[in-house]
Amino acid sequence: MTTIAPAGTGSRATLVLGWLSLAGVAALAALGLWWSPADVVQGDSVRLMYVHVPSAILMYAGCSLCALGSLMWLRKRTDGWDTLAQASAELATLFAALTLVTGMLWGRPTWGAYWTWDARLTSTTLLFLLLVGYLALRSVPASADTRARRSAVLGLLLVPNAMIVHYSVDWWNTLHQDATVAKLDPTIDDLMLFTLFAGMVVGGVVFSWLLTHRFRVAWLQRQVDEVSLDRAIVERRAEADLAGHGSTR
Amino acid sequence: MFAEARIVAAKDLRLEWRSRVTTTQVVPFAVLTLVLFAFAIDPSRGVLGRVAPGLFWVAVLLSTTLAANRAHAVETDAGTRDMLRLSGLEPRAVFAGKAAAIVVQLLGLEIVLAAGTVVLYNVQLATPALLLSAALPATVALGAAGATYGALAASVRVRETLLPLLLLPVLAPVLIAATSATEAAIDSTPEAGWGWAGLLVVLALLYAGAGAGIYGVLLEDQ
Amino acid sequence: MAPAVRFHQAVALLGRFPALAGVDLDVAAGQIVLLRGPNGAGKTTLLRASAGLVPITSGSLEVLGHDLVTDPRSVRRRVGYAGTGAGLYDDLTVAGNVTFWTRAAGVAAEAGAEAMAHLEVDGRLADVAVAQLSTGQRKRALLAALVARRPELWLLDEPHAGLDEAGRDLVDELLRRAAAAGATVLFASHELDRAAGVATREVTIVGGIVVDDHPPEGNPAAAAVHRPAKTPYRSAEVPVVR
Repeated sequence: MTTIAPAGTGSRATLVLGWLSLAGVAALAALGLWWSPADVVQGDSVRLMYVHVPSAILMYAGCSLCALGSLMWLRKRTDGWDTLAQASAELATLFAALTLVTGMLWGRPTWGAYWTWDARLTSTTLLFLLLVGYLALRSVPASADTRARRSAVLGLLLVPNAMIVHYSVDWWNTLHQDATVAKLDPTIDDLMLFTLFAGMVVGGVVFSWLLTHRFRVAWLQRQVDEVSLDRAIVERRAEADLAGHGSTR
Repeated sequence: MFAEARIVAAKDLRLEWRSRVTTTQVVPFAVLTLVLFAFAIDPSRGVLGRVAPGLFWVAVLLSTTLAANRAHAVETDAGTRDMLRLSGLEPRAVFAGKAAAIVVQLLGLEIVLAAGTVVLYNVQLATPALLLSAALPATVALGAAGATYGALAASVRVRETLLPLLLLPVLAPVLIAATSATEAAIDSTPEAGWGWAGLLVVLALLYAGAGAGIYGVLLEDQ
Repeated sequence: MAPAVRFHQAVALLGRFPALAGVDLDVAAGQIVLLRGPNGAGKTTLLRASAGLVPITSGSLEVLGHDLVTDPRSVRRRVGYAGTGAGLYDDLTVAGNVTFWTRAAGVAAEAGAEAMAHLEVDGRLADVAVAQLSTGQRKRALLAALVARRPELWLLDEPHAGLDEAGRDLVDELLRRAAAAGATVLFASHELDRAAGVATREVTIVGGIVVDDHPPEGNPAAAAVHRPAKTPYRSAEVPVVR
């Protein structure tokens, strides 16, 4: 082996990020659930926003990273970019699910129903399904190169498709029903604003922590595959020995 | 490139002409969905006429997945992908030819389906010009996306189940725009519909451009 | 003169399986090379790799002066490949298939008609759907589509299989004429008696590597173009890839 495989998925950076994530989540929980006040209009349900909004942002970040990884794989054809696309697509799916769940939980007290055909909920659902499709394609058994090629094409189309879906659903929605999204109160409390901001920062840290780990897991998986490939080549050549050809010359 | 695209489209259409898969299977399937919708949505309540445009385009979308699958299944079954790659045909031309063949078949299907909708759902058309201006770019968008994603799923063993999952979310904007335009064409409120027709033109251009740009990578897939 | 085909330590993967595990092979222009070896030895992959259809993941491969590791596409117009899989559209007629492939390759229609006549799939057979042909007739139709393109490198997988005696003679004659005209032929076959008669060189592949390379027995004329395999093989010396 010429490439040195890392012994685990951790490193000093992930250790720091991990502790930061833990501390950040604890601080955010205290801020969001305790210190920050309930909203005048939305009441306690506003606290969901401190998770919902960062999740939505990280979902888009994951999609963008996936598209970037796909584009760069098509240009450079190196494994790292494909691994980045894979790791970020999985995280994007996770945060899309989180966005949907928190959005629905928020919708119940606010709109009186878990689901309305609100433009954002609808387009997020479609984006979630696009991501599920991407992961489904990735899970089809294939050689590393073939899988990277197919995934790169799909990943590259992910962001434009998400944008097209978003805008057309937006347009469809504004024409068909009144805007239902309650705008955040403009006279928002300073502490609430700070909590929302903290939610984004903590979300970013958690995201980087998960992404690094996921990337390294996928990287290790590749190392394992390559070890088995080297062994497969040796075994393949040994077929010649078994057939009595190995020592003829 | 256009000459090469025509060669591919002509071949695909000749294949369809001789095998009649779209004519004898996909078109009846689409008509069947119209009938099933009527069972699901009680015709006596008068809802059917109002949702007819949506049902029409859903039927077209479902048929698109079949047509897109078929367009690439013929290559996979015949083991001709190697020969296509060796032929020296430009990938863009193969894409354009395949998309064009799907578009021609879908247009035929839409004519049958439109007649079925008018008869079965008792719909009257107020602005045929708008419907045509929406249906043409919508079909081009469907054909282009179908050819791209069909090729993406073609070499996958589970392509019949994977393709709808990949393709249908992408086609959702086409469904939204085409349905809205068709509603406008029926309601005699064409002003609202032209914007959607414009959006469909944009979608057709986007999908065709993306497919042409990326098809070369897909053709190399083994 | 540069060889028409030059493999050097070439590895090609099918999925995760190394179908070619370090092939060394030089083929000069005008040679007719028989590839022999048990099932799963890597013969088909070697043929497909030569056409730029299977990527070489390590080592090198040059075909007709093109480096297929960096540019697998530009050689494709110059090679003809007939695999064991069909390669013809079942629902089209013989003429429909040949016409499509000649048009796609930008070859004159007469070349297609000529090739169909040569392989005796013209006349009544031309208008029969491929689905209704016998195995041998299919093979002839496929070869007609290939011959019409006049490739510089012929890559044939089991060209004799499924053909009657006359058909086999026809194939042999085609290969000889192609080689005489300067083309190079690589073909895989299990029908060794038949194949040895036409080949000028026999290369044995086992386990994804070349293990034996000599002129066919009973064909002394071929000795002139014989080149032995360059590197002796011992499994202990297998270089680990990557």
